[in-house]
Amino acid sequence: MEQVAQLMGSAGARMIVGLIGVITLVSVNALFLILVERKVSGHMQRRPGPMEVGPHGVLQSLADALKLMGKELITPEEVDKPIYWLAPIVVFLPVLLSFLVIPFSQTMIIRDMNVGIVLILAFSTLAVLAILMAGWSSNNKYSVFGAIRSVAQNVAYEIPLLITIMSIIIMVGSFKLSDIVAAQSRYWFILVQPLAFILFIICATAETNRAPFDLPEAESELVAGFHTEYSGMRFALFFLAEYTNMFIVSAVATVLFLGGWQGPFLPGVVWFLIKVYAIIFLLMWFRWTFPRVRFDQLVTFAWKILIPLAFVNLLITAFVLKLR
Amino acid sequence: MIELLGLEEKTYTLNLGPQHPSTHGVLRVLLEMDGEFITQAEPVIGYGHRGHEHMAENRNYAQFLPNLGRVDYLHALAYNQCYCMAVEKLLGLTVPERGEYIRVITNELNRISSHLLWFGAYLLDLGAFTPIMYCFDDREHILDLLDRITGSRLTYCFYRFGGVPMDIDDDFVAGCRAFAKRLRSRWSDYDNLVTKNVIFINRARDVGLITRDQCVKYGITGPTLRGSGISYDLRKSEPYSAYPEFNFEIPIGTRGDIFDRYLVRLAEMEQSLRIIEQACDKLPNGPIMAEKVPKRIKPAVGEVYQGVETARGEFGMYVVSQGDVKPYRIKLRTPSFANLSLFPELAVDTLVADLVAILGSIDVVIPEIDR
Repeated sequence: MEQVAQLMGSAGARMIVGLIGVITLVSVNALFLILVERKVSGHMQRRPGPMEVGPHGVLQSLADALKLMGKELITPEEVDKPIYWLAPIVVFLPVLLSFLVIPFSQTMIIRDMNVGIVLILAFSTLAVLAILMAGWSSNNKYSVFGAIRSVAQNVAYEIPLLITIMSIIIMVGSFKLSDIVAAQSRYWFILVQPLAFILFIICATAETNRAPFDLPEAESELVAGFHTEYSGMRFALFFLAEYTNMFIVSAVATVLFLGGWQGPFLPGVVWFLIKVYAIIFLLMWFRWTFPRVRFDQLVTFAWKILIPLAFVNLLITAFVLKLR
Repeated sequence: MIELLGLEEKTYTLNLGPQHPSTHGVLRVLLEMDGEFITQAEPVIGYGHRGHEHMAENRNYAQFLPNLGRVDYLHALAYNQCYCMAVEKLLGLTVPERGEYIRVITNELNRISSHLLWFGAYLLDLGAFTPIMYCFDDREHILDLLDRITGSRLTYCFYRFGGVPMDIDDDFVAGCRAFAKRLRSRWSDYDNLVTKNVIFINRARDVGLITRDQCVKYGITGPTLRGSGISYDLRKSEPYSAYPEFNFEIPIGTRGDIFDRYLVRLAEMEQSLRIIEQACDKLPNGPIMAEKVPKRIKPAVGEVYQGVETARGEFGMYVVSQGDVKPYRIKLRTPSFANLSLFPELAVDTLVADLVAILGSIDVVIPEIDR
């Protein structure tokens, strides 16, 4: 893909090739991550995970995807139909668009915009809208619960996330993702900003609605939360979006803290993927270890602990930079 | 804002169950909600009603025995034992010592398996997916042990009037000892994974407080009662079977919140292990069935009450005999039914997440409530 993009040269061609690449990546990545999640959870729980389809169950998620495609798309009678139908698409679109600016390697980046990180954050906020749409239109009290929780949670966690990212931005002095990676050529930012990294990971877990912050779809309380009423491929799109979201936050964490594509011997894109999947593994580890927090504790945690900490971190960063 | 727009605040009804992941079966709770807060909770029971008490009146004494394993499927042997003891009282039978010891060992194994399942399912309610797999791994060993002598893995029907039908061998005793050792080595895993987890502590501390007065008022028994600091366990307070011969403690809580009930159950498993080990050490030789058990069970006219301590509290049976081959009337006093009656009071002014946690912490088994 790299060579093709260079050969064709022009921005438009790059865009088309990029989009095809992204769509392939998104679907393959989601299938792969679902398998990885099931294997990771299995081994953490002293069981082998899926073993039947293909050697060691490697084709399991493919079989699941085929099954979901064959399922009936149920539209309950009382739902608000246009919104109900739109929500799975709206949840997927911003996730897809975020890939535009992610630098997989020095050259493998579809559009290196000068507001890259802002773009990703803006798109990730849109996902909340989709969840709200899904929850509201489903006309189900559990779904509305899930949607309301999701909005409150995302608003609460977006703020410390932004402030944390700001402390990296003022170190680099650019919103451009490739600049941020380039600035880490001598040392990774995780070494100088360990607190920011921890804050970012916590917020990212909450942003992607993953356990222990999976309140919008808390199974034991809300059945399935906002996607209770969805079936078949519509449900699959929510699922796909969740895993792709995980990939994106991990990619952002890699860019901000782990030096992006930089690393010895191996090509940049390999390094990038290794780092991304390491962070995804961390997120999975959280999910299969922790109980779920309660909703009020979750929001209190964001407003009373994370936001002050993020501000302190930003102030210290600014202070140190000024002294230098 | 609300007044400005001319809107009014309203509460709404949320129907939790009977098909809901956290009601552990077919319990339905009608909730009156104000936002995410519960203003009123009303359990609707009876979805699993099978009329066990009525069934008892239509079959002879021995035929009713398998029914008891279906009342509380998680601690079936205690129910078996209660019924056998009640009928033995009516018949005037004495169970030989070895028989009583076998009953105690199997009963305590069953209690541990019930608590282990509770532990896993409860953590699942709180959103931790992994502990249940660890518990089932341990529980599997109990099921294998009991499977060998009782022939079933869940709805046991093992005890008979006058003793037990199958003797245990050295392999079983060795298996019990090995299991006790294994489970002891697992406590540190459970502690590190759950008990010391900050998220778990935050969710369990000072939530679902039950006062001593409430316990007395509603007839709460079992770990739910002991979590509130009342040391009441039928195995000690009204000793039956071979329990007086063993050295064990009754763990109690101090505050009466979810966390205390959790700790009480964990400690009870350890005490059960102690009982099993002592019983294995002291296991007497001799017969396992009383002599002179009549072929046709036909007790004289009389009434008898027998209570036992199950994993969920006091289970009592009141058996009325009119000198027939069938009992005239059997009344089951099931612990979860009494414990659930406190639930509406506990649920008021809590969040849905806490409601699930509280419901789990009183450990209800639905078929036992509905009977």
